[in-house]
Amino acid sequence: MSELSGRRLSRRKLITTGLAATAGVSALGVAAELAQKYGLIPPDHSGVYGGFYGLGETLTYASQRLLTRHSLAREFSRSQISKPPFANEIEPLTDEFKRLQAGKFADWRLSVNGMVARPASFSLDQLKSYPSHTQITMLQCEEGWSYIAEWNGVPLSQVLDVVGVLPQARYVVYFSIEPDTWESIDMSDALHPQTFLTYGMNGNDLPVGHGGPLRLRLPRQLGYKNVKFITHLTVTDNLKGFGKGLGSASTEAGYAWYAGI
Amino acid sequence: MSDVRATWYHSRVGDSVCIPSAASVVSTTTATPRHSALVRVTHWITTVCFFALLVSGVEIVISHPRFYWGETGNDLTPTLFKIPIPASRRLVPTGYGYLLPDQNGWSRYLHFEAAWIVMLSGLLYLISGLFTGHFRKNLLPDGADLSWRAFSTSIASRLRFKKPNEEEALSYNVLQRLTYLFVIFVLFPLVIWTGLAMSPAFVSAVPAAVNVLGGQQSARTLHFFVSLALVLFLLVHIVMVWLAGFKSRMRAMITGRAGTDTGMERK
Repeated sequence: MSELSGRRLSRRKLITTGLAATAGVSALGVAAELAQKYGLIPPDHSGVYGGFYGLGETLTYASQRLLTRHSLAREFSRSQISKPPFANEIEPLTDEFKRLQAGKFADWRLSVNGMVARPASFSLDQLKSYPSHTQITMLQCEEGWSYIAEWNGVPLSQVLDVVGVLPQARYVVYFSIEPDTWESIDMSDALHPQTFLTYGMNGNDLPVGHGGPLRLRLPRQLGYKNVKFITHLTVTDNLKGFGKGLGSASTEAGYAWYAGI
Repeated sequence: MSDVRATWYHSRVGDSVCIPSAASVVSTTTATPRHSALVRVTHWITTVCFFALLVSGVEIVISHPRFYWGETGNDLTPTLFKIPIPASRRLVPTGYGYLLPDQNGWSRYLHFEAAWIVMLSGLLYLISGLFTGHFRKNLLPDGADLSWRAFSTSIASRLRFKKPNEEEALSYNVLQRLTYLFVIFVLFPLVIWTGLAMSPAFVSAVPAAVNVLGGQQSARTLHFFVSLALVLFLLVHIVMVWLAGFKSRMRAMITGRAGTDTGMERK
């Protein structure tokens, strides 16, 4: 008899487990559907590693979006500024860059197009004519090192305001003058008050070693999202049309698109 | 058919036919397992994730094998200590004219994926452990076990590499209980906390998470030491499982059945 009840019990257990598994899978399906609907799935969820890391990346990106959409990166006091700030390695500068550098970047242009009402091109002086903003924040490299600096610039949201972003826009793609160097962020990061087009550092012009004359500063994400030598922005609702469609050059090189961790 | 024959028949044929009055048959199927299914499943998920986290963590560390204290640290600042190995990135002044392979891309992906899975599985373990009384019944030491006498006896038997008796094979001794509690309620929460404290986005929402640790580089250094403590635990854990009888302990953690290597399966 006990054998029988034992077997019945295990059968019941089997059914319960089966139901639980089905419920679990359905819940995952519903979660995926909701995540898709609310734009919580990062563009690299089926990236260069064949989607193996899609679960972790989606969980990270989705929870950061829910938890940190409006939070501000920590700011520091002037006394905490790293002296000197550490400049990471840069690729050899292109001839075009050297030409612009020789002219003290007077001819440097930032062009903005895509899903905007008024595509435009800005000189550095034009960018500097907008109210200058300052942040003393940390730059963290995925390798593990970090430094704190004071950054001056114009919030990206100011420039996006000028060109008039269309309501269906979801991402801003930003390009460096360096070949194959581009990244993208969602509108929530693009409109974040600490996302700067930076032209100054510690009271001076932004040095070339730190991405001068113009660097995208994104203090809530790691260094590699803070692209140097910015010349072009495109506003879009879909990243499929850029490169391999994974959202950035570093994603194509095997790095996560969302780098807030 | 005698009980013995019935047992033999059942175990060899393993059929769907009910064999009446074979009480001994049920011992292995209905006796309480040494470890519950949930403990077994979450244990092995943790094992797989821990190795993934360890390998990817080592890969990430070698891109900058220098450690600091406070908020910031880089090649231009003094270190708290350095690991004397070459790095996988060119700018790090290691003194070696040699670069290790750079594997940060997939390592970072794997690190965070494994972290999510082990965290969710740990949460499941924690919640079910509270509901089933797992912590109270299996991990909280008896009051009597906390006396110095009982404590020193337990330590002495461990130091003599004494094989546990049958009684001990079915339960945890006081040292095991305290160690497991320490790993579950101190080291795991600490490693998650120090890990999250390195995330610039997470600390933008919860700045206290990094501020109370003394800064982002302090969090990184602490994350490294807590990970070392977990690796140390893993090594001792494996040695202990080996000494206690590798086959029986593995069987207990895989199938749930208790018993010693030589003896029969016990109720």
